[in-house]
Amino acid sequence: MQFHVMNSPFNQEQVDLLNQLLPVLSTRQRIWLGGYLSAVQDTELDHSSGGVALLEKPTSNDKDVNQELTILYGSQTGNSQGLAEEFSEKLARDGLKINLFSMSNFKLNTLKKIENLLIIVSTHGEGEPPDNAIPFYEFLLSHRAPKLEKLNFSVLSLGDSSYEFFCQTGKEIDQRLLELGANQICPRVDCDLDFDELATDWFNRIEAKLNEQRNQATPQVEQSVNHSTISNQPVYSRKNPFQAEILENINLNGRGSNKETRHLVLSIEGANFHFEPGDCLGIYPENPPELVDQLIEKMNWDKEEPVPINKQGDLLPLRDALISEFEITVLTKPLLQKMAAFTTDSRLEERLRSDQELSAYLYGRDLLDLVEDFSPWQVEASEFVKVLRKIPARLYSIASSLRANPEEIHLTIGTVRYHAHGRDRMGVCSYECAENKQIGEHLSVYIQQNDNFKLPADPKTPLIMIGPGTGVAPFRAFLEEREELNCEGETWLFFGDQHYVTDFLYQIEWQQWLDNGTLTRIDLAFSRDSEEKIYVQHRMIENSKAIYEWICKGAVIYVCGDEKHMATDVHQTLITILEQEGGISQLEAEEYLMEMQKEKRYQRDVY
Amino acid sequence: MTKRITLPPQSGTPSDVERIKDESNYLRGSLAETLENPISAGIPDDDNRLMKFHGSYLQDDRDLRNERRRQKLEPAYQFMVRVRAPGGVASSEQWLVMDKLANKYGNGTLRLTTRQAFQMHGILKWNMKKSIQEINKALMDTLAACGDVNRNVMCNPNPYQSEIHSEVYHWAQKLSADLSPQTNAYHEIWLDGKKVVDSKKTEEETEPLYGKLYLPRKFKIGIAVPPNNDIDVFSQDLGFIAITKKDQLIGFNISVGGGMGMTHGDTATYPQIGRVIGFCRPDQLLDVAKKVITIQRDYGNRSIRKNARFKYTIDKRGLDWLIKELNDRLGWELAEAHDYQFDHNGDRYGWIKGNNNHWHFTLFIQNGRIKDQADYPLMTGLREIAKIHTGDFRLTPNQNLMISNVTDDKKQEIEKLIKQYMITAGEQHSALRRNSMACVAFPTCGLAMAEAERYLPSLIDKIELIIDEAGLREQEIVIRMSGCPNGCSRPALAEIGFIGKGPGKYNMYLGGSFVGDRLSKLYKENIGEEEILASLKPLLFQYAKEKEENEHFGDFVIRVGHVKAVRSGLDFHD
Repeated sequence: MQFHVMNSPFNQEQVDLLNQLLPVLSTRQRIWLGGYLSAVQDTELDHSSGGVALLEKPTSNDKDVNQELTILYGSQTGNSQGLAEEFSEKLARDGLKINLFSMSNFKLNTLKKIENLLIIVSTHGEGEPPDNAIPFYEFLLSHRAPKLEKLNFSVLSLGDSSYEFFCQTGKEIDQRLLELGANQICPRVDCDLDFDELATDWFNRIEAKLNEQRNQATPQVEQSVNHSTISNQPVYSRKNPFQAEILENINLNGRGSNKETRHLVLSIEGANFHFEPGDCLGIYPENPPELVDQLIEKMNWDKEEPVPINKQGDLLPLRDALISEFEITVLTKPLLQKMAAFTTDSRLEERLRSDQELSAYLYGRDLLDLVEDFSPWQVEASEFVKVLRKIPARLYSIASSLRANPEEIHLTIGTVRYHAHGRDRMGVCSYECAENKQIGEHLSVYIQQNDNFKLPADPKTPLIMIGPGTGVAPFRAFLEEREELNCEGETWLFFGDQHYVTDFLYQIEWQQWLDNGTLTRIDLAFSRDSEEKIYVQHRMIENSKAIYEWICKGAVIYVCGDEKHMATDVHQTLITILEQEGGISQLEAEEYLMEMQKEKRYQRDVY
Repeated sequence: MTKRITLPPQSGTPSDVERIKDESNYLRGSLAETLENPISAGIPDDDNRLMKFHGSYLQDDRDLRNERRRQKLEPAYQFMVRVRAPGGVASSEQWLVMDKLANKYGNGTLRLTTRQAFQMHGILKWNMKKSIQEINKALMDTLAACGDVNRNVMCNPNPYQSEIHSEVYHWAQKLSADLSPQTNAYHEIWLDGKKVVDSKKTEEETEPLYGKLYLPRKFKIGIAVPPNNDIDVFSQDLGFIAITKKDQLIGFNISVGGGMGMTHGDTATYPQIGRVIGFCRPDQLLDVAKKVITIQRDYGNRSIRKNARFKYTIDKRGLDWLIKELNDRLGWELAEAHDYQFDHNGDRYGWIKGNNNHWHFTLFIQNGRIKDQADYPLMTGLREIAKIHTGDFRLTPNQNLMISNVTDDKKQEIEKLIKQYMITAGEQHSALRRNSMACVAFPTCGLAMAEAERYLPSLIDKIELIIDEAGLREQEIVIRMSGCPNGCSRPALAEIGFIGKGPGKYNMYLGGSFVGDRLSKLYKENIGEEEILASLKPLLFQYAKEKEENEHFGDFVIRVGHVKAVRSGLDFHD
């Protein structure tokens, strides 16, 4: 077989070497090499799984099955990964032998050998799997999936109930594993944005089950866990956020813009945060006090009344709880179902009967709308808050490099403002960053690792960065980092927004990076400056030859920003470019891009 | 062999602008490329120097400069485009094109300049080519509206003597055309003309008058028709004063070496008034102009730009040297100057019937800015008039506008529109305001040190309270304000002049003449509004009380000894 760049995962240089070598090998040499490579690959894969390193390969020794367990996670924003790592650590301490993989790093053909499997997977967008779960998900749902009658498993699915296809990926995987004959250790649990308590419950049940099984088996020597990674965990975390002072808060959009994009500089002095370009910052927002006050007034409650904020029964005054603990700006179907019990207005029940009408109602409305629309209400405040979701953290790609700005974190936050149902409204975090919080005030933050969006290890690797609008944030961090490290590799940014004059985010910085060579090329698309709307994908097509050349010389492609339109269009455009310039079919181009994704040469951080 | 224009050797190293011109290949530079560069809305400094020759320069909205820097945005770069109109004459069709471009690509306003040109502000780099192409289609251009060449030729828009106007205007057009740069760069860059770089062409063939270094500095020419000195003939590098006999144009007196610009704190720089050196017949006019320009080309200071205007070339060597040099180059001698009499340098507002039986309506435009305001839809009104007007428009040297050559038939229709859009000849304003003029200054002009156009109207509001009290509402007083000492609004010739020093601070000058033939004198330095008003109040009250019959304010302050009369720029700083 002759290797080509397009039919193999190798670059041109490697292809040439392989084509030179392979035809002259004897049969014995080939077999030896094949065995050698697969053994090496297995070890490497285990080491790259992140968080917990496996020191011993899974064995087929029947006596050990109960003590060996594989955890797979599919994570977009890092929550699943975080849980997977936390649970791995605990189970390892219990003396289990844990194999922890990101779904994208998991060797699909080993699935049928596994006997105990935990899956923690989130759902992205409209019921889609997260990027790094796609290979596993597609394999599992395809005809190629093997029978799994020996497999014991449980699924923890994360999601957001404000989306129609809540926890869809977890549900599908759970369903499919059952179809393939696997046995549930514990039933699947679907978590909403406030996943902590449910996830812990799920884990505790599993831990108990596993201990039960273990007591029947011979004790196992405790396996080593890569503690260095764990001990490096900062003191501050998602559950214990750091109070970061706001040092700077400016609008990056010039006068006359339709947009407002805040550039936030936060002090992380004393936080002992470690993060890399590509990682995210979680912010726990506060609800607008005016909205809370209106809600309390409408319901005729006492704002000082203590209400429970968790299952442990911790109490906070109602007003404080509604500001900082509960989500009140988003309506979901489960919420309305629970709320229906509190009102005598039967129209709410009617609404709930038609999904179409319901989603039309949910869109753009908040809790104040609900209580205004379906009064009178008969519910105590302490009962009422029990049906509310915990206010979820918002994740933002960090726009600065820790190396370049050691005590700071910079964020690029698009302010969401809209008028709906008779009121001006804002996104909760937008509101907080654009209007509520002044310089000197604090935000509750934590670092959320994002292993799916990382600079390549080799500083010479060329980067193609596609990040219109606030999607440009991580690329600012990339270039800051590369400037600090004096990286030689070429970089190419595609940026776009509405208007050149007002919306060219961080314009001066890109100009300087172009001047000093940190940035090699930039191509711009301002959609509202010309009669025809120009977007980044148009600029990509104009440069398809050059993009293809960059891909051939090993460039990593990063896409950050809007998922629904931009990322889809960019994805299609990449396929078109591979098709056109590589002279291959659409199917081959798709496969090639999939391959790039597996090799982390195509990374996305889309939302 | 390439024939070259050889300049006499000069002491001092040539200024950076000389290098830029030298390397520019006849005003091309790298403009074609930098105009295309999408990373910045600006262009590099060197190209901006060349851009001026093409009638435009890069500016930015200075109101936003700091704000945008904090926002990590480059300055709000935009281009000012100046459209030449010799003698300020434009057809209705041309007016409509200006109006359209100002609204389509510019900031929605038009600016009539103190040199009878159109100015548009706020044009983005990406729209420059389209704008200039549309201007070109309307048979106008921007070439040489700025830069080290002859600028827009001014001429009195004389509404009274129609034949004299058309004759004088004819010469203004001829001057403009004959003194234009000949380089093909303008066509190449803006009009997608083919690149014609003929290496066999000599410098004399490519740019026969100017040579590849062009002039050391800008050069200004204007033609006045007494008794009106509206073009401020003595502020021009080269001024012509039309001499008529029995309503026939017989020739021109020649004035040389006027100019307004100076630098604060540098007494080697000063405003100067032109001096009349002789007379020529109309058919000799072009010859005189070209020879004068070659003298400035050869002898003007190419080392220090602020000493490069023609006035310094002359003052350094004396008027006699100039006359001899000119006569030598002409090959004939200038005749003796004729008598002439100027009465004023302002505009006469309202309807006037010319001797061709056509009507002319001069309207007052505050500081030349044409825009729509909620209570004064001037821009719309003029657009509606242009749609039906069969005559022409004339931009006056005082930044006002004349709707010219209105037939008896059309007059009623136009009067109706004037009423409908509340367009005004300024009769409701004080005579002081009607004789006021300010340059553009903030936020677009990069040179401005203080406000001018945006501030003078409100300052006049406050001075009006004083003149009303003093009973001087109908007394014509020329008041002018410039944001910097370059003096685009010609403040050094005003009876009351203000030159910006810093934000809210001005030097106040007094004692210019009402006819524009005497310079003003510094009266108070670096003062703010409070002190301006406190200084003017006693002067105006004294003037109201003690003025002699028909005595103008500028003459009065000299007679009673508040300031000394300045007859030459060399005495300006004394």
